[in-house]
Amino acid sequence: MNGSVSLTSREEIEVHRFSWPVSIGVPVLAIFLQVFLNIRFLTVLDLPLLVTIFFAVARRRPVPGMITGALIGTLQDAWTGHPIGLFGIAKTIVGYLGSSLGVKVDVENPGSRFLMTFAFVLIHRFVYMAISLQLVGGSESWLWGHTLLSALVNGLAAVVLFSLMDRLKLRN
Amino acid sequence: MENFFVRYKNPLVLMAVLFIQVVSLATQVKRPENARAGTAGSGTRLIRVWTLTAFTPVEKMFVSTGHFFRDGWHNYADLRSVRRQNHELRDEVVRLQMEQVQLKQDADQARRLQVLLEFKEKYISKTVAAQVIATSGTEQSRVIVIDKGAHDGIKPDMAVITPDGIVGKVKDVFPLSSQVLLINDHDSGAGVILEHSRLQGIVKGTSLGELQINDIMSDEQIEAGDHVITSGGDRIYPKGFSVGTVISSTPDHDNDPFLAIKIKPSADLRRLEEVMVVTKVAEETPSVAGGPLPMRAADILAQRLPSVPKQDPNAPKTPGGITTGSVPANAAAATAKPSPTPAKANQPSGTDQKPGNANAPAKPMTTGTSAATVTPSAAKKTGTDNKPASSGQSAVSTGAGTASASPTPVKPKPATKKPKAADATTGAAEPKNSAPKTSDQPATEPPAATPTPEKPQL
Repeated sequence: MNGSVSLTSREEIEVHRFSWPVSIGVPVLAIFLQVFLNIRFLTVLDLPLLVTIFFAVARRRPVPGMITGALIGTLQDAWTGHPIGLFGIAKTIVGYLGSSLGVKVDVENPGSRFLMTFAFVLIHRFVYMAISLQLVGGSESWLWGHTLLSALVNGLAAVVLFSLMDRLKLRN
Repeated sequence: MENFFVRYKNPLVLMAVLFIQVVSLATQVKRPENARAGTAGSGTRLIRVWTLTAFTPVEKMFVSTGHFFRDGWHNYADLRSVRRQNHELRDEVVRLQMEQVQLKQDADQARRLQVLLEFKEKYISKTVAAQVIATSGTEQSRVIVIDKGAHDGIKPDMAVITPDGIVGKVKDVFPLSSQVLLINDHDSGAGVILEHSRLQGIVKGTSLGELQINDIMSDEQIEAGDHVITSGGDRIYPKGFSVGTVISSTPDHDNDPFLAIKIKPSADLRRLEEVMVVTKVAEETPSVAGGPLPMRAADILAQRLPSVPKQDPNAPKTPGGITTGSVPANAAAATAKPSPTPAKANQPSGTDQKPGNANAPAKPMTTGTSAATVTPSAAKKTGTDNKPASSGQSAVSTGAGTASASPTPVKPKPATKKPKAADATTGAAEPKNSAPKTSDQPATEPPAATPTPEKPQL
């Protein structure tokens, strides 16, 4: 933080902590719901990504943020038919960016949470597509409408979900 | 140096984590067969195994609990309308019994024709019912997880079906569960036939989870509503299973001379609950129920009674005095011996049919002239990838039709004409000159199923 521009107040750069059950249980629950509830709406909604973003911006520490993203992404990869690592890499980057952003920007109010999540969904999708096309040789196509819809839905869901998950933070 | 690592700790850790994942990814992409084989030393495989093994019991419990309550409610609700349904079902049974009689006749006829052509058909001999317990949860990968795994005999590349149609194929198998790649995944594909036009293609998934055929030329006429079935050519999905119906057919601008044919899947891939895994497919030549083909009275009498065969001045004489070539090769074979496999008799006569070839022999069955004796259901059973009538069909039709169905022996042709008449490639080229009767006559005659008695030629 030395010499860097910060848009956060002293209170906002507070590093939140979570209990171990929450740190493990919430990501597992998110993945469980994602794969178990065979609801079409949930395929647009990316619960593991939202959890990754939340933990990253709340902890405000890049290394735990990216590790959390890598683990969640790898677990999520296990359920897909793709090589393991696609979601892992994408969520690692999101975790890193989220925790770095959390230091500089106020990520506590609903507006910034919506915009942040909207942007991270696009980044996540872009990274995923880049890896899939360049490294794996996939044949997916970028669908703007669908991607924007997904970003919008996830952004709105993040506003609600993050406010609920704020209660899980350990406060001194 | 130490200061460098401290200062750039976060980016360095990020690069290290990404590097590990990229190397892991590259390993999988470079050696996919290892991952598929499920070798014990494969780290990626272990992650999948651990994850699914940990989640599967919990999901099974949730699924079972949910089904318990749902089934209880459904049972109560069903009881209220069971009397009316029972009455409707009785009517349905009567109707189906009548249909069954008709279908049985068609099936018997189809089997006889299949035997004649040595047509090898694949039968599903064993399936394993499974419940869907999870999905991939993303739109980037259309995968479901079923609650049957290696312990239940599931293996990779087994077809997964429902009564409505095909669902996908088994991708990865774990001890207690398996991953199934749905047919609408963009990595998926299946060989299909358009039932009406008999065109073959490969149906693939799109990024939006739709089914599409992209390898049919744009000059073909494809109509919406045409039923699409599996061709069996991919050696994964058994032949004849419903895939879906054509929704639309438009020129594919990205793939210019071809059409983009969108298919609506028969099985509801978004609401899969129970599926069946085809664990065993038997390939055999169908046998005619009740033993060999019935011998015609004329043939029996011809064998038992002394006869004076017609002499053909051009044909060489055999020791037994029977004139070879007095009838076309196919008809001769059929008349002399109504063998269960008289298709062999066709081969020397120049047809290019290969025994056991599921595709080639079936072509003329539905489009050829003799196919007129085959009912649509019989044709469906025997036919596979039929194209519009081609040159070889008349000769083959002659063989099948005459051998199986001709109650009245075909009028003999001179021996010198025989090769042309029976030749598959020239049979259609000059149908009227060489063997017009042999190719056309059986089509108008009664099928083999109901041979009409006739007077023996003595």
